[in-house]
Amino acid sequence: MNPVRKKRLLVIMVIAIILSAATGLVMYALQQNINLFYSPSQIATGKAPHNTNIRAGGMVVAGSVKRHSETLYVSFDVTDFQHKVTITYQGILPDLFREGQGIVAQGKLDNEGVFQADQVLAKHDENYMPPEVSEALKSAQNATQTKTVTEQSIY
Amino acid sequence: MLPEIGQFSLILSLFFALTLAVVPLIGYWTNNRLLLETARPLTFIMLILVAISFVILSVSFITDDFSVLYVSQNSNSQLPIWYKFSAVWGGHEGSLLLWVLILSGWCAAVAFKIRTLPEDVGPVVLAVLGVVSSGFLSFLLFTSSPFARLLPDVPVDGGDLNPLLQDFGLIVHPPVLYMGYVGFSVAFAFAVAALITGNLNSSWARWARPWTAASWAFLTLGITLGSWWAYYELGWGGWWFWDPVENASFMPWLAGTALLHSLAVTEKRGVFKSWTVLLAIFTFSLSLLGAFLVRSGVLTSVHSFAADPTRGIFILGLLLVLVGGSLLLYAIRAAQVKSTVSFGLTGREAWLLLNNILLTVLTLTVLLGTLYPLIFDALGLGKISVGAPYFNSVFTPIALLLIVCMAVGPLSKWHDTPLSVFFIPCLSSVILSALISAVLVYWYDFGLLAWISFTVVFWVVCLSFADWFGKVSAGTKGIIPRARQLPRNYYGMLLAHLGMVVSLVGIVLVSINSQESMLRLSPGESTSMAGYEFRFDRLEQVKGPNYVADRAHFSAYKAGEPVAVLYPEKRLFTTRQQVMTEAALDAGFTRDLYISLGEKLDGSAWGVRIYVKSFVRWIWLGGLMMMVGGLLAALDKRYRRRAE
Repeated sequence: MNPVRKKRLLVIMVIAIILSAATGLVMYALQQNINLFYSPSQIATGKAPHNTNIRAGGMVVAGSVKRHSETLYVSFDVTDFQHKVTITYQGILPDLFREGQGIVAQGKLDNEGVFQADQVLAKHDENYMPPEVSEALKSAQNATQTKTVTEQSIY
Repeated sequence: MLPEIGQFSLILSLFFALTLAVVPLIGYWTNNRLLLETARPLTFIMLILVAISFVILSVSFITDDFSVLYVSQNSNSQLPIWYKFSAVWGGHEGSLLLWVLILSGWCAAVAFKIRTLPEDVGPVVLAVLGVVSSGFLSFLLFTSSPFARLLPDVPVDGGDLNPLLQDFGLIVHPPVLYMGYVGFSVAFAFAVAALITGNLNSSWARWARPWTAASWAFLTLGITLGSWWAYYELGWGGWWFWDPVENASFMPWLAGTALLHSLAVTEKRGVFKSWTVLLAIFTFSLSLLGAFLVRSGVLTSVHSFAADPTRGIFILGLLLVLVGGSLLLYAIRAAQVKSTVSFGLTGREAWLLLNNILLTVLTLTVLLGTLYPLIFDALGLGKISVGAPYFNSVFTPIALLLIVCMAVGPLSKWHDTPLSVFFIPCLSSVILSALISAVLVYWYDFGLLAWISFTVVFWVVCLSFADWFGKVSAGTKGIIPRARQLPRNYYGMLLAHLGMVVSLVGIVLVSINSQESMLRLSPGESTSMAGYEFRFDRLEQVKGPNYVADRAHFSAYKAGEPVAVLYPEKRLFTTRQQVMTEAALDAGFTRDLYISLGEKLDGSAWGVRIYVKSFVRWIWLGGLMMMVGGLLAALDKRYRRRAE
């Protein structure tokens, strides 16, 4: 092989090795760190996996926020106006966390169906609705409408 | 009346931008000097017209003209005057106007320096910038005019600026960041002009280098400022969140860093010509992609402007036209480019190639992580988010490898370098660095990653100084005159590389040596952490210009001695009835004390976050050093020569 070709081959090999190592790393990291979003309806109907890192969100139900008197432990319900899920959290809630506000939580669903959050996110603009939440609300609303339609067609 | 003049001036500037995009090109193809020479005055007129609109919008803000829809949405009569001014870019429309202003500013700067370019190249560069400006000006005019009026029902008062943005950070962060973002369009214009004129030799790289270095410096400063702002403003004590919009600014930075290095090779040695052109296009595309991600609202982010699908589609169209057009041109032209020069496998070319490969891989991993939720959603697989652990675990090893290259690479010479040049200095310095860092890591009981990082840090420092010393001690002139003779470019590189490792020290120590706690505290109670005692002395009510606040008084003690008093606040902004946390910091060279108030709990207790952040300032200190390094490189004397 002539020296120019040899050199080119070497460069290409180095690029290929770095790229494949990076691809492997990326695939592995993506597998570990993807968090799927589930709506309260999906969780209530058992579509969400337990004890896996997922995200859940919806509107905070008025009057459902309960705080522990000694610690920072707090629990509240979120809803998509179809089903409710109880979320528990140990820590300080964001400033825009309010009853009636759309929030997204990250954490795990335990075996009792309670969502144990290690992060609660509320966005920094009161008019801003997390897209996941607004979509979950929309699909829940559609479900209600179809249900009424089918109910009507029965009668 | 004034807002209409502003609108009219914008429309006029669009006409001038369109003319600028067309006329010099016709002049170039018909060899008409008169038409070529129109480029310069057209650019200046465009800048003046955009500046008039910008000043008018600022005046509308300062005089509380709530008949302007954008003013009424983003300002309030109670807002302090400096925030009224910075509120000009507090929302989508105004920030786009700022973007366009800065773009035409860069155009005018190129026009001002046009004498450093050959007669037929300069106007073509300006014409390409005219195309880009036309795109953004029509985006501004057709989808998001800041001068839309609310007549005849003029609101009595405005809806106020988002309290989060009522901060010094908003005054400085967006303009500087845009300077960087938009600046890469100059490098893009040079690349496209080189493709059009067929001037794809090393001279285009020499013209593009100072502009790329300058925009890189601004982007570095912008990202640094953004990180610092997020750190003290959001109250979470984090300095980087791998948020999609942060990534949107980080990707052009990574690609721009690669461009900076590959331009050096193309200029000095005439290799990688087509790759460098491609990289310039790629960097600018990432800036555009960033604009798309921020302004279309397709991704969940703290930065999202209220979403409007038409805007997203418009930018996507702009992206397709500009990027598609330039790639097509590239496909037609790049085949003619032949690198005749070969390079050795141990020479500087090879090291810079490695730098480019690694930076490109880093850019792609960030791009993938950022866009993955979109891809996943488009395939109907569900809504996901890619968390910070993905970025940390992918980014860290590749970035460390890159910094290792950064340590060794500068030792190399152009062409072929005998391996013995590397062998002794590298081996001796790496042993020394490993030992020093082993002692440090053992002493403070840090882990393996810290040991590797510190070894790399000391290694870069050792080799940089060895390289500098080798350069200044050669010859007979004496150290100081030699040191003065070295080009600014070289000092820029040295400073930027050292800045990189200073940031690395900060990043490593913040992540392994910081402490945080979230707890319940009532006035009179105290807690200890990391050798400090924090006492919650009392709580008072204060009134600001447009808010009321609960202000806590905290005293921090170390070994019984008072070291700092901190006043974290919880503010209620009266117009929007929005609650905001104002964290209190005691900044230090080796540590920050950081307290932010959570919610008021029952009784007199508050949820409180307390952090002791180790070496966090070093992250931004390193960013500043990189910025100064970039500016030094941009101001190198070599670039000021006039074209023959």
